[in-house]
Amino acid sequence: MTDAWFAGADPDDPESGATRVRTGRASAPADWPAEAVNTGFAADDTDYYAKLRSATLAAASEAVAERERADDVQLAHAVRAMDDAERTANELAERVVEWAGTLYEDVPRGLDGVRDIAARDPKTAAEERVVSYATRAVDLLDERDDLRAFIEERAPTTAPNLAEMAGPVLAARLIALAGGLESLAKKPSGTVQVLGAEDALFAHLKGRATSPKHGVIFTHEYVRGTRQQDRGSAARALAGKLSIAARIDHYSGDYRPDLHAELADRMATIRARADEEDDE
Amino acid sequence: MSDDSSAGDADVDLPEGVERRTFGGRQRLSTRGAQVYGEPVDADGWRAWDAGRSKLGAMLELGMDTGLVGGESVLYLGAASGTTVSHVADFAGPTYAVEFAPRPVRDLVGVAEDRDNLFPLLKDARDPESYAHVVEAGIDCLVMDVATRGQATVAVRNRQFLADDGRLLMAVKARSEDVTAEPDDVFDDVVAELEPAYEILDTARLDRFHADHLGIVARPK
Repeated sequence: MTDAWFAGADPDDPESGATRVRTGRASAPADWPAEAVNTGFAADDTDYYAKLRSATLAAASEAVAERERADDVQLAHAVRAMDDAERTANELAERVVEWAGTLYEDVPRGLDGVRDIAARDPKTAAEERVVSYATRAVDLLDERDDLRAFIEERAPTTAPNLAEMAGPVLAARLIALAGGLESLAKKPSGTVQVLGAEDALFAHLKGRATSPKHGVIFTHEYVRGTRQQDRGSAARALAGKLSIAARIDHYSGDYRPDLHAELADRMATIRARADEEDDE
Repeated sequence: MSDDSSAGDADVDLPEGVERRTFGGRQRLSTRGAQVYGEPVDADGWRAWDAGRSKLGAMLELGMDTGLVGGESVLYLGAASGTTVSHVADFAGPTYAVEFAPRPVRDLVGVAEDRDNLFPLLKDARDPESYAHVVEAGIDCLVMDVATRGQATVAVRNRQFLADDGRLLMAVKARSEDVTAEPDDVFDDVVAELEPAYEILDTARLDRFHADHLGIVARPK
C-alpha cells in the first residue's frame, strides 16, 4: 500500500486528493509522478502535475480558511481592532476639541467634549463640518465598545480558563501577541510573563538593561495592585498559571476551578509579605 | 540566456528564463510571468525581481554559482506569501512551495492560481514526513528561506528530497538563531551543522541586500 497523496483518490475528481494532501504522511518521498502513471491515476506527467495542482490548491485554500476562521484568530483580530478604534477615536477627538473650541465657548475636554459636540445642532457650514467630524469619532467609540462586548462574550468560550484568570480582554491580548492560542500554549511561562515588552526584553538580551518583570500582564490587578518590590514575584506567579490555563484551554478545553484557587492562594501569600513588614 | 550579462556583477550564467533587463533605466534581474507584488513589468511581460525583497534574488545578483539552469524541480521551504517562489516558478519546472503560517499561504494560493507548476503546501518544514507523500523524490534544487531557529536542522532533515547531484540554496538569517550572538558565530555554527550532510560549495554574505544573512550553496554528501 502506497503512502502517496493520490492513494484512493478519484482520478476524475480533481479535488478528491485534497484531504489526503492535508492529512497524509509518508516516512520518505518517492517517485510519485511515475507511481501515479504506473497505477493509472494519471495518464502522463503533464496530467499528473495538473491533478497535483488542483489537489494542492484545494488543500491549501481549505486549510487556510479553516485556520483563519478559528475562534482564537477572530479574538486576536477583535482586540487589535478595538485598540485601533480607541487610538483613532482619541486622535480624532483632539482635533474635534481643538476645532470646536474656535466655534463654541464651552467645550468639555477629551472624549466627553466629542460626545457633547456630536449632539449639537450646527448653525453654520463650519459647525456642520465639526459636528459631522465629531459624529465619526463617537461612532468609533461605539464600535470600540461593541468590539469589547464581542470579546467579552467570545473569550470565555474560546479560552475559558485564560478568560477567567486574565479577564476576557487581557486573554485576547495574550492570544494576539502570541499569534494564536496554540502558540500561547506552547510558550514557556517566562515568555508569557514578558509578552508585550519585547523592546525591553531585547534591550536586556543585548546587555543594555535589566530584565523586564512584566509585559502586557501588567494591566492585571494581581500585578498592578501589588506593591513594587513584590511585582516581579506576582508577575511570575500569574504568568505561570496563565500558561497552564492556556495549555488546558488549548489541549482539553474544560474549566478547572482548582487552578484559579491555587493562584488566589499564591497571590495572598505574596501580598502578605507587605503586611508582615508593616507589622515589624 | 541574457544577451547583456556584462551589465551585472556576475560572470556566472543566469538560469534559462532569468534575464537582466532594463527597468527605470537600471539593469535588473527579471522573469516572465503574471505580476505578483506590484513589481515593474516591461512591454514584453518580463517582471523585475527585487533582490532587496528576495534572498535567492540577492544570491543571483551577487553572482553566486547556484547551479540553476532553468526547468529544474524545486522544493522551496519558507515560501511566505510567494514573492520569491513566484519568480522561481517562472523559470523552474515543478515547484513545491512549503509555508507554515496560514495568513501568507492565503496570498501564496493566489500566486499559484496564476501558475501551472506551483504547488502550495501549508506544512511545517521541520516535519518533512507531513509532506513527503506529496513532494517527489529526486528534487534538483532545495531552496531554504525559513526564519526559525534550527535552520541547519531543517536543511539536514529535508536532504532526503534532493537528488544526489542536487543543490541546496539556503539563506541563513542570523537573528532567527540568536538575536544576541555575532552573526559570524551563528553562520559558523550553521555551516558546521550542515557539513556532515552537505558539501559546501560557496558562501557569501548577502548584506548588500539583506542585513545579517548568509547565502549558502551546497550539494548532498
